[in-house]
Amino acid sequence: MTTQNAPASMYRTTEGLGLWEHRGKVAAVGIGHSPTARRWDGKPETTMGANSILALRKAIADAGVSPDQIDGLVIDPVTTTGAYWPEGKPIPMDVVNAYNTTGDPLDGIAKLSAEWLLKNMPELENVKFTMYGTGCMSHAIVVAAQAVGDGLAHTCLVLKSWHNLEGRYYQGGANAEDAIDGTSAISRLWGTPASYGTALQFAEYCRKYGKSHDMMAPFMANSRRNGLMFPEGYWAQHRPEQLTPEDYLAARWIAKPASLFDNDIPIMVSAAYLFTTAERAKDMKQKPVYILNHASSRGRPRGITPTLDEVEAETGKTGRMLYEGAGITANDLSFENMYDGFTLFHQFHIEGLGYRGMKFGDALDFYQTDISIEGPNPVLPSGGNIGSGRSRFWMHTDCIQQLQGRAGARQVTGVKPETAVSGGPMPLGGNFTVWSASPD
Amino acid sequence: MVKQGVLPDALTKPFWDAANDGRLVIQNCKACNRLQHPPAPACSQCGSGDNLEWKEMSGRGKIYNYGVVHDCPVRLLQDDQPFNVAVIMLDEDPGIQMYSHLPGTPVDDVPVGASVEVMFEATANGQKVPEWRIVA
Repeated sequence: MTTQNAPASMYRTTEGLGLWEHRGKVAAVGIGHSPTARRWDGKPETTMGANSILALRKAIADAGVSPDQIDGLVIDPVTTTGAYWPEGKPIPMDVVNAYNTTGDPLDGIAKLSAEWLLKNMPELENVKFTMYGTGCMSHAIVVAAQAVGDGLAHTCLVLKSWHNLEGRYYQGGANAEDAIDGTSAISRLWGTPASYGTALQFAEYCRKYGKSHDMMAPFMANSRRNGLMFPEGYWAQHRPEQLTPEDYLAARWIAKPASLFDNDIPIMVSAAYLFTTAERAKDMKQKPVYILNHASSRGRPRGITPTLDEVEAETGKTGRMLYEGAGITANDLSFENMYDGFTLFHQFHIEGLGYRGMKFGDALDFYQTDISIEGPNPVLPSGGNIGSGRSRFWMHTDCIQQLQGRAGARQVTGVKPETAVSGGPMPLGGNFTVWSASPD
Repeated sequence: MVKQGVLPDALTKPFWDAANDGRLVIQNCKACNRLQHPPAPACSQCGSGDNLEWKEMSGRGKIYNYGVVHDCPVRLLQDDQPFNVAVIMLDEDPGIQMYSHLPGTPVDDVPVGASVEVMFEATANGQKVPEWRIVA
């Protein structure tokens, strides 16, 4: 079975499409997570592949289906947090040989194919549909939702895994060379870290609207607080430390105005969800969470980095696409779980949504109000990447758990959890989903 | 502050050759009469690669935005941290942007909106690269 990237026709990328044709007809019914780790410890039982298998099996068990009922698998084959297997470093064949292999010895260690998973999960004997949604869980979710809606799969697993290796991320490869190719040099000669582009947009935002980096502190503290109530997350499992406003304001700069805490911490972790049709979901073990719509941003900047005008135009469009296809308005959102890695673009996402009536330039003032899970205006109840480490999927897990009423200590209490939105990563370039406790 | 060397490739060789000659050139689509940067094999507007040319610029622009890099992933630049990285918008078309370390400008004391002019700076392998300095 050869797995292909999802075709462009599976994405909803423009306004004017009307209601999503499968609105309320696809549901999430199972969740599974692996444990988290800062980096791989080199053992066969803790590889990214092993984490993937564990998360998938947990999602199947959580949904209460038998593995032979699974007929679809959508994954992201790219698993790096920014750490690549060093050129020339011996591949640990004892680890490779602990699993059924594909032609690539790094499959299951530093990349992941659907073929590798199926070779190592013989219980998935009836999977007939596989597809790649490359980039992050947000991407895989929209592909799986569309696939189930289109009838390409009936009971479909969705997986995102991350590997993280020793060393500092993005410090190897071309960045360690004395010379680089001419095309890369156009944008990379100046040595900007990953958060630089977002830092620029935030700097322009602060100048335009008269805001400051300090105003992010309540958002940061709220995110870590929520993350510490996420037992599946990195900080809750390994470093249960609150992040105070003082900690945040004292943090060293990475690319000013982006500080250390504005950058998420790379980790090893996998998560899987089980999607099926709304009809099938009715009598399953968990309360179904229905997908009302998905939408994707494919905006591209004209220049070398997106301007604030381009960011705001695109997030506004994303919000309109989400509401149009779901048949809702901003007033219907119980809470939001938009992406936060980097923290300094979360406000772009929620301003584009018009969350709680906000307009461009309003979010940082909104952060100074009650944004907790106990209040009427929850912001990022998952805690996101800041609360639980870089996974780009805590927000999706949280939407499902909140709407099922099983978010534990993190359960929102200031609002009734009925409809929510999650997705990312970037304001220009992301995939987004509207979730609901009801199919209607 | 010496940047990594540059190994020009087929797509970008005219840009780098011009830099060695002390000229700033930007890709232009003759059909759309539209500049684009970074260079690409085809026009991002009409999709054609048949009408692309290299057009010489005046070498003047404005500082649009900037950040200060304190944790640089590029090994050769790490001893120079912290340093400015500004975004320059060309006077010919503000949609065309280039990065700059703004040589001579104090760290985190960057006048957004100020006028700049191009200069050419040698990288680690001698290839020259466009850089920018503030003009009065």
